Amino acid sequence: MFNFPLRPEAASTFAGQHDLLFGILTVLTIVFSVPVMILAIIFAVRFRAGNKVDRSRPSHENLKLELTWTIIPLLLALAVFGYSAKLFVDLRKPPKDAMEIFVIGKQWMWHIQHPNGVRENNELHVPVGVPVKLTMISQDVIHAFYIPEFRTQYMVVPDKYTQLWFQATKEGEYMILCNQYCGTQHSEMVGKVIVQRPDEFQKWLADGGRSMRPKDRTMVESGEDLYKLYNCANCHGDVDTPRGPSLYGLFGKRQQMTDGTTVLADDEYLRESLLKAEKKLVAGYIATMPNYEQELSEEQALQLIAYMKTLGVQKPAAPAAPAAATTPQEGNR
Amino acid sequence: MSATAARPEELDDATRPNYLNVSHTIKSWLLTQDHKRIAVLYLVSISFFFLLGGLAASMIRLELTSPRGVMLESETYNKMFSAHGIIMVFLFLVPSIPATFGNFALPMMIGAKDLAFPRLNLLSWYLYMIGGGLILAALLMGGVDTGWTFYTPYSSMYSSGHVVLAIVGVFIAGFSSIFTGLNFIATVHKMRAPGMTWFRMPLFVWAMYATSVIIVLGTPVVAITLALVAVEATMGVGIFSPALGGDPVLFQHMFWFYSHPAVYIMILPSMGVMSELIACFSRKRIFGYHFVAFSSLAIAGLGFIVWGHHMFTSGQSTFQSLVFSLISFVVAVPSAVKTFNWMATIYKGNVDLRSPMIFALGFLGLFVVGGLTGLYLASLATDVHLQATYFVVAHFHYIMVGGAMMGFLGALHYWWPKMTGKMYSDNWAKIGAALVFVGFNLTFFPQFILGYLGMPRRYHYYDFAPQWQAYNIMSSAGASVLALGYILPAFYLLHSLKYGKPAGRNPWGAVGLEWQTESPPDTHNFHEIPIVTHEAYDYAAVDEIEHAQAQEVMKKEAHMGSDE
Ligand code: HEM
Ligand SMILES: [Cu+2]
Repeated sequence: MFNFPLRPEAASTFAGQHDLLFGILTVLTIVFSVPVMILAIIFAVRFRAGNKVDRSRPSHENLKLELTWTIIPLLLALAVFGYSAKLFVDLRKPPKDAMEIFVIGKQWMWHIQHPNGVRENNELHVPVGVPVKLTMISQDVIHAFYIPEFRTQYMVVPDKYTQLWFQATKEGEYMILCNQYCGTQHSEMVGKVIVQRPDEFQKWLADGGRSMRPKDRTMVESGEDLYKLYNCANCHGDVDTPRGPSLYGLFGKRQQMTDGTTVLADDEYLRESLLKAEKKLVAGYIATMPNYEQELSEEQALQLIAYMKTLGVQKPAAPAAPAAATTPQEGNR
Repeated sequence: MSATAARPEELDDATRPNYLNVSHTIKSWLLTQDHKRIAVLYLVSISFFFLLGGLAASMIRLELTSPRGVMLESETYNKMFSAHGIIMVFLFLVPSIPATFGNFALPMMIGAKDLAFPRLNLLSWYLYMIGGGLILAALLMGGVDTGWTFYTPYSSMYSSGHVVLAIVGVFIAGFSSIFTGLNFIATVHKMRAPGMTWFRMPLFVWAMYATSVIIVLGTPVVAITLALVAVEATMGVGIFSPALGGDPVLFQHMFWFYSHPAVYIMILPSMGVMSELIACFSRKRIFGYHFVAFSSLAIAGLGFIVWGHHMFTSGQSTFQSLVFSLISFVVAVPSAVKTFNWMATIYKGNVDLRSPMIFALGFLGLFVVGGLTGLYLASLATDVHLQATYFVVAHFHYIMVGGAMMGFLGALHYWWPKMTGKMYSDNWAKIGAALVFVGFNLTFFPQFILGYLGMPRRYHYYDFAPQWQAYNIMSSAGASVLALGYILPAFYLLHSLKYGKPAGRNPWGAVGLEWQTESPPDTHNFHEIPIVTHEAYDYAAVDEIEHAQAQEVMKKEAHMGSDE
């Protein structure tokens, strides 16, 4: 009836490295703990009062010995630290060509959005053998996106994008858990990763996903709709105007702020400028841009950012502002 | 070899006025300024809270035997583990050894009549009781569902429970420990008997000193942090909640700045106890006294700069994580040093395997596992998988329950004869120690595996992962054994109060100053302030003589006016 598994399946490129390090630590733990326990018992019994054993010249101080057992553990600790740090640094640097997927956490559900507009809830379809980068944000409290079979997790924080990347090595279904206590149904905030053959995945994606009705608009297109709906182009043209700085070619550039600092225009910055525009002002401007915090959902913010990112590579569109094109995405929020 | 037989000249101990029997009125207890009576007040109240925390633990464990839960709603389950955590950390672990045994023994160990500020000491107990009372009220009025870590913005904006009330309770209890810490620091600086130089102080005193420094520096930070949560929750001032313009992760920094050192508040006192027990029952000076003393200070100091290892996945920069990880590895070294020194102390000792020593050996085993598994969490790449899983729960229980709790029980069994003047049944005590050790490992070892398998802490439904159930059942079975081990001492210790043999001044043949006075001591601890001429743990003088003879010698010395 019961089985006693010792480790979860290893289903990502990192999982194997993790398990190796885990194994090394376990060996060290055994090497340092078992002898201590056995010796403690042997000493305690052998030197029991009344036993006739050699107790001559007991020492109370022995600098050499003490330095030895200070320095050896220290060196071992540093070695493990180094190896572990290296793995971690790699784990925090997504490969350039990683496929990007967006995750929004909220009590008590995971929303996923693929760049082509396909969304899913509590399920994440990914292709096997392809590095995948998740950009994650929470709508309410702190959660953590955790896939034990991939040996990785990262916190999902409100007001801040965090990132996680992995490369699945095996097709199959794996657990997604929320690993940061987030309230009543925390234990039920679970989902699954579905790892598919790349061609199957592409087919799934092209069909608009199984679980949710297809959205015929990609994230960029939805972002463009929103851009038009909110008349962003009124102020943001293809060149800087007195009304607002241009957004063309902005992504990835350093912007000068009124307070003299420069800020890298990354996802985080774009989101903040969108939702809380007055927080950081581009040099030469005053706080005229509305805060869209109340109006835009996290999902819409992601779509707008996706669109803004294309502005550098697209040809500047005519600064036209066609009448309300589409209503903001109703979304399955 | 029994040291418990009453000696004629001490038979009248029962009628001699001592701190326990000088006065019997309730008022005399509630208004006492005697550090020993205050220690007893703490012992009773802390035990009460431990019982409550333990009850909550058994509910949690029972619930987890089934993947779908046995009896609790999610909401109730969350309140249960929060109650367990809050009570155990703030009302048991933090005050346990300092407030009871520090209070009781520290002044005597340095030859003082009392703590430096006896009235402040009494106030500390009242603050503890008020804080505890408020926390209890919060729990009874409907509970708190934030966990003991009170992470924002959940605690300040989303939680439905009585978070603010509980926080106020923790805040007030915090001041209780701050005052105790201040009192200890002042006492160690100002109240040492003539001849009690810093390096003649027993290592327990060193440990209490280091602990007090952490308490005094760290506790105000958590107090302020929690106060800010209360401000945000009641007044809507944006500090931690992004919805109000705050920073959600800031809380974690502030919270762990205290709460990581707090782990050392819990374990350092226990390490101090171990040094006493191991020296006494090996009848030997602690090996590397200076290393052990300084490692306490090193741990206290380094402990303040590792808090970020609780936040490797919080979005802090990779560089920050690297630094915090490195320091965390380094901080493990002083603990390892202490362990080796204890081992070397036992080596070539004259080991007396009575129950306090059994607790000490149990401590060694559990502490080593607890400490080493900390490295998995300090190590960045493994922490990414293990963080916030049951691996963490297992690790901190090994440290806190295995380490701090074993230390508490060891201290209780060691100083009980001094506190009460009575000997308990050593055989029952050994059975108790064995039950605790076995129950403990059965409860918490499977949790390491559960963590590796990916079971998150604070989950109570796991029907999507039935493979976790077997380990959960093992763990719950172990918890029952463990509970038995905790309850047993209550029986034989209370039994000893009435039926126990008189303990005499020094039932263990120990050399500390506290053993030179009567058991239980009279109100002023010593008839004359002792003059100290030897280093701590000077068992060398008695090494070659037989155990019994040693006791005679010390007894005579004690009678001659305590001028050893
Ligand atoms: C029979 C003994 C005990 C058992 C079976 C037990 C079991 C547990 C369990 C199952 C959890 C919940 C983990 C989670 O879901 O997060 C927990 C958490 C905790 N326990 Fe214990 N425990 C025991 C004794 C203790 C003791 C003696 C202490 C302190 C001295 C302690 C301190 C804690 C703390 C601080 C937490 C964290 C609570 C939280 O996550 O908010 N436990 N314990
Ligand atoms: Cu969550």
